[in-house]
Amino acid sequence: MTTKATRPNKKPIYFPVPPVSFVSSLFPSAINKIKRQNEIESDLISVQLLHQNKIREQIRCAIEMAKSTNDAQLLIQSLRKAYAATPTNLKIIDLYVVYAVATALIQVGYMAIVGSFPFNSFLSGVLSCVGTAVLAVCLRIQVNKDNKEFKDLPPERAFADFILCNLVLHLVIMNFLG
Amino acid sequence: MATSKVEGSSSLRHAFGGVLSVFILLLIGVVAFSIRLFSVIKYESVIHEFDPYFNYRVTQFLSKNGIYDFWNWFDDRTWYPLGRVIGGTVYPGLTLTAGTMWKLANSLNIPLSVETVCVFTAPIFSAFAAWATYLLTKEVKGTGAGITAAAILAMVPSYISRSVAGSYDNEAVAIFALIFTFYLYIKTLNTGSLFYATLNSLAYFYMVCSWGGYTFIINLIPMHVLLCIVTGRYSSRLYIAYAPLVVLGTLLAALVPVVGFNAVMTSEHFGSFLVFIIIHVVALVYYIKGILTPRLFKVATTLVLTVGIAVCAVVVAILVALVASSPTKGWSGRSLSLLDPTYASKYIPIIASVSEHQPPTWPSYFMDINVLAFLVPAGIVACFLPLSDASSFAVLYLVTSVYFSGVMVRLMLVLAPAACIMSGIALSEAFGVLTRSMKFHITKYFECSHTEAPAKLGESTSTESSAPLENMTKSDTTEKPEVARKEKVARRKQKKEKELTENAHVKPVSAKKEKRPLVLPLEASIVSVFLLIVLGGLYVLHCVWAAAEAYSAPSIVLTSHSHDGLHVFDDFREAYAWLRHNTEVDDKVASWWDYGYQTTAMANRTVIVDNNTWNNTHIATVGTAMSSPEKAAWEIFNSLDVKYVLVVFGGLVGYPSDDINKFLWMVRIGGGVFPHIKEADYLKDGQYRVDAQATHTMLNCLMYKLSYYRFVETDGKGFDRVRRYEIGKKHFKLTHFEEVFTTHHWMVRIYKLKPQKNRIRGKSRKSKLGSKSTSSKSGGMTHKNPWN
Repeated sequence: MTTKATRPNKKPIYFPVPPVSFVSSLFPSAINKIKRQNEIESDLISVQLLHQNKIREQIRCAIEMAKSTNDAQLLIQSLRKAYAATPTNLKIIDLYVVYAVATALIQVGYMAIVGSFPFNSFLSGVLSCVGTAVLAVCLRIQVNKDNKEFKDLPPERAFADFILCNLVLHLVIMNFLG
Repeated sequence: MATSKVEGSSSLRHAFGGVLSVFILLLIGVVAFSIRLFSVIKYESVIHEFDPYFNYRVTQFLSKNGIYDFWNWFDDRTWYPLGRVIGGTVYPGLTLTAGTMWKLANSLNIPLSVETVCVFTAPIFSAFAAWATYLLTKEVKGTGAGITAAAILAMVPSYISRSVAGSYDNEAVAIFALIFTFYLYIKTLNTGSLFYATLNSLAYFYMVCSWGGYTFIINLIPMHVLLCIVTGRYSSRLYIAYAPLVVLGTLLAALVPVVGFNAVMTSEHFGSFLVFIIIHVVALVYYIKGILTPRLFKVATTLVLTVGIAVCAVVVAILVALVASSPTKGWSGRSLSLLDPTYASKYIPIIASVSEHQPPTWPSYFMDINVLAFLVPAGIVACFLPLSDASSFAVLYLVTSVYFSGVMVRLMLVLAPAACIMSGIALSEAFGVLTRSMKFHITKYFECSHTEAPAKLGESTSTESSAPLENMTKSDTTEKPEVARKEKVARRKQKKEKELTENAHVKPVSAKKEKRPLVLPLEASIVSVFLLIVLGGLYVLHCVWAAAEAYSAPSIVLTSHSHDGLHVFDDFREAYAWLRHNTEVDDKVASWWDYGYQTTAMANRTVIVDNNTWNNTHIATVGTAMSSPEKAAWEIFNSLDVKYVLVVFGGLVGYPSDDINKFLWMVRIGGGVFPHIKEADYLKDGQYRVDAQATHTMLNCLMYKLSYYRFVETDGKGFDRVRRYEIGKKHFKLTHFEEVFTTHHWMVRIYKLKPQKNRIRGKSRKSKLGSKSTSSKSGGMTHKNPWN
């Protein structure tokens, strides 16, 4: 997203240096002083040029970031607007999914603190949360009226399948919990 | 009224078709059951091979003691002195299935013994597998293809080889579970119903219980999901088919004690988790795409990508570090040897030595799947027109199983259902085209409607478009020159017509192309149908021959036909019965690991090593003992409390799988753990021989001596009928072992370890010791050989 910074050319400043260096080997002290002065001047000029380039780059970055933050804000706004338009029953299912995933994350955090023994309990706890989240997402897919593939599936049938799958899942969980 | 009449007749036809297909499926089940009964007819109702004896013993224990004792069983009669935790190391599916069937039969007062139930489990489940193939192929292509595939699977020799009556092994039920799981997966994919997803997970659980090959399912289904995503076929049905399976499947797999925590920790399952994450990402992307405008969506993608790639890189780095820290990268030895076929021979000689783990030869493909070998490519082409999720799965299943069958001959069994599905599809499509042509021509003949030019046009376009279809079927010589000629004529005609009047002709031609179905000329289709039926007949003939002659040998009883009738070699059971009746209950028997299961099941004695091969060092100990000279071998066996040693010897009758032929593996495995056993010591000029030119180590090792003791007394010259030369050392005595039993045909020889002598008599110091006191004798004991 940002352009690559190029170093300023040092070439125009190089010209007086070579003959000076050759001569400076013959007359060390005075020629050295002149050489040092030249170097300081060249450094000052190069620093100035660098500074200018940096400012130019920063301005460019700021413009792009402003654009992208503007875009990001626009994006978040449109997402929020589009999500507000979903029907209430789907929002409830989404809330349930968020709750299940949050519970799973809390369990993982707890395991990180106290260690993973007994591992089968940890596994069954996390997988039960993840499992119900996945099944809720499947229910949401099947109940969503915008979904053309499941047009003629009655929502009661979708809910009954959801209950059955959850039953099997929790039977297994209770067996594995230990 | 006319339409209702037509509808009525078509529904009647449908009903009749339904009844007919049920009847055909019933017959297919009967065929699948009865083609596997040859061994029961030719020999007797007996358990075959080696592994089934272990399963039989476990089922006996289950039926006698109930499920709780079976689940917690610690077996102390194998792997002495280590023992084996049966409950945690056996795949319980097969034994629980057979136990349930036995219990059910007995509760209905049908008095079947456990052995009968065990022997006939495999044929019953092969009938079920044929029906499952029908269901699976019906989901992929249609009813016709389903019935053809079921008929082919009922008889395919590769499946028969592992499921004859008496072959009571895991594959007997596992192949049924495999096909049934795939059927439920495809059904879920096609219907998007969560009910079938639940059933899919339960079928997968049954598969995990039955066989270690369940890793094939848990890697193939994610591969297929990935393929669908990559080719743009993502749909919400795919999510419903895959995501619940991963969660429920992992939990159910972790329930089985054999798998346990390996379900989340080994690399074999990581593929499914990775694709689980990928499918969630893809689902989210599609959801957001649906609610945003395209420009905003582009912005969102760029934003997410920059963040996402950074996070991904971190996660992948952690994963790679975790996985790379283990020497096998998290894979088990057996799975790794599938991915890298040279792995086993380099690092684990035991896996390389199992005969079922060798790669197959080319003829074995034609032996095992016969005609299907060239019907399969036709099926692949048919799957692509049109390509659906289910048919892409069938193609992927076939391609992966072809690769794995090339690595290990035992996995030809996994190729068999895939090949049957493909050939069923190919044959059904071919029959569809041919019968449609025949019907078209016959109805045209009866209607007597003649329109020359458009008919010719229609025919030419149809022959040209059906010419590639022709190349799919096997029907070859008669109609190919005809078709080629017609093709040339048609092409020339079409070119001319295109030159003359482009628009006017192309439109009716294309319209006719759309209206008219693909038809072939009548004679060609009749001949092709006849040839296809002959092909099917040859296939059936081969399958019945393979089942009767090649795959029905129980390998515990051998027969040979000679000029004076049928010889039966029942030496194995003779030896085990002798052990059972003439030794103490707690006596330990040492033999090579091939015979461990049979010894514990039939002779009911404790063994040192058996076919489970879970402890390489223990097997190497036995191998070292067999390769050492008598004294060293006696020391090793004495330290293991062994009383009897059993060797299998085929030199008198020409039985080729005896212990001398397996001896090189004993040296290799023993040498892998104990470095003083070097394979080069036993080879002369790189060749393995036991005749006069054999090395000194070879002629003095225990295996040679126990196999050939007193062998020269049989024919005076010691001619070994398997190796086909005379043996090297003919007259020798055994110093530390004594022969207690040799079977009728010298196939099994049992030796007893001689006990240590109480008193030690010195040979070299006889003159000095003579009548000396005990102190000098005890002083001299450490330098004397106790047996001389």
